[in-house]
Amino acid sequence: MISDAPALQQTSEPAESAAAPSRVARYARPLLGLLLPLTLALGWELVVWLGWSNGRLVPPPSRVFATIAELARSGELVRHIVATLWRVSLGFAFGVVAGTLLGAVSGYWSLARRLLDPTVQALRAIPSLAWVPLFILWLGIFETSKVVLIAVGVFFPVYLGVMGAILSVDRKIVEVGRTFRLSGFAMIRRILLPAVLPAYVVSLRVGLGLGWMFVVAAELIGASEGLGYLLLDGQQLGKPAQILAAIVIFAILGKLTDWLIEVAAAPFLRWQDAFGRAKGA
Amino acid sequence: MLALDRVSKTYPNGVAALARFSAEIRQGEIIAIIGGSGCGKSTLLRAIAGLDRASSGTVTLDNEAIASPHAKIGIIFQEPRLLPWLSVADNIGFGLADLAAPERREKVARALERVGLADKAQAWPRELSGGQAQRVAIARALVPQPEVLLLDEPFSALDAFTRRDLQDHLLDLWADTRPTLILVTHDVDEAVVLADRVLVMRPRPGRLFDQIEINLARPRDRHSPLFENFKRSVLTSLDRSLDRSVPDRDATQGPGQAMWW
Repeated sequence: MISDAPALQQTSEPAESAAAPSRVARYARPLLGLLLPLTLALGWELVVWLGWSNGRLVPPPSRVFATIAELARSGELVRHIVATLWRVSLGFAFGVVAGTLLGAVSGYWSLARRLLDPTVQALRAIPSLAWVPLFILWLGIFETSKVVLIAVGVFFPVYLGVMGAILSVDRKIVEVGRTFRLSGFAMIRRILLPAVLPAYVVSLRVGLGLGWMFVVAAELIGASEGLGYLLLDGQQLGKPAQILAAIVIFAILGKLTDWLIEVAAAPFLRWQDAFGRAKGA
Repeated sequence: MLALDRVSKTYPNGVAALARFSAEIRQGEIIAIIGGSGCGKSTLLRAIAGLDRASSGTVTLDNEAIASPHAKIGIIFQEPRLLPWLSVADNIGFGLADLAAPERREKVARALERVGLADKAQAWPRELSGGQAQRVAIARALVPQPEVLLLDEPFSALDAFTRRDLQDHLLDLWADTRPTLILVTHDVDEAVVLADRVLVMRPRPGRLFDQIEINLARPRDRHSPLFENFKRSVLTSLDRSLDRSVPDRDATQGPGQAMWW
């Protein structure tokens, strides 16, 4: 007992001191990431304010935000955001549904994989933007061709992700399902689905990223509204602040929708090794 | 009773993994199957489990032919094979999906208590040590109360201390419902500690070579001279099984026929 007491004190001390920097680190780490962009922005703001540059081609942050505020006040911004979000959502939905179904069939059923996969892989090798002229000829210049283009962009990563995930499900885990006499639907629901979920979420996030990429391409080609239209309009009328404003909003929306997937999936993925989280990613 | 009648397995590549293996195993008996590598131990176990079909011969449990996984037969593998997305409690209850939730919860709680992991009920499998994970695997296999429990080198990946601990623990759990245990191992000590009967197999093709009854009361003292004697006779038999100059005893006859030893 006598020797225990000092030992206990000793062990509790480093535990406390270890907790303190981690609390600081929790707030400090995201701030650390903001340091570089904020410094650059403020620096440029200062450079323009001091008159060292007129900031015509590269407008300072204040002018970009003023543009955003102006667009917001006139209601233009909401209209453009809604148009773009609607296209991305529709394209993403179609791409995910098709990619998931075909990926699941190819992953689960080897005959389907042999029939289907070579074709899909060949199509994947085509840069998706090469389809644009054809889509416009087939589907017209309006919404349909845009949504289809986005769906095509989303389809491939989701298809590959689902198929790869199913193919790489641990045979040993499947065998556990077999020993408990699971088959067909029960095997899918209780073994395969949870096993592929982490890879599926990753493929959804990659797909969404491509969806945002393709919506820009689609709206640059011909649109009367949407954030991509703001880009094009800014270029044609020589308004770099408007282009940057659209880019900032793309960044915010892209990050936000990605975060939504992450948050929605988190409760189902709590079991995963928290390597990334422990490292403070 | 579990009856194996001339069970053979030839793989598509022509390798005869198991040839005419016959044995009768009483309900509640503990059998250890031991033998050099490639002697078909695991093949035999997988055939009994219904995971792989035998090329010829039959496995029958109480006169019912086994060709696919059966509710009365549980299996524990070398690795715990817990489902990483389920909590420890849900892993143990995995085979009880047909039961109503309250009943399942109660059985799982009792099993957790029984394997000494009540405090880990809500933990994830990745948070367990190797020994704890294998305990959960044992609980998961035992909770549906199988008549036959197959164990494929279940403790071989564990350190010596944990292994002994789990061997004793397994016997303790076995005493609850006394299922038939069939344990594949290459640890002579483990075979003699646990088994009523040790079946020695010989490779190429895998076949039964010898069987040794262990007439020792439980709990067994690992240091008693008698225990050492049994170990020695199992070891001797193993050595002879690997010596090609020793002829096969005729272990390929059907059940019920006299064997010469």
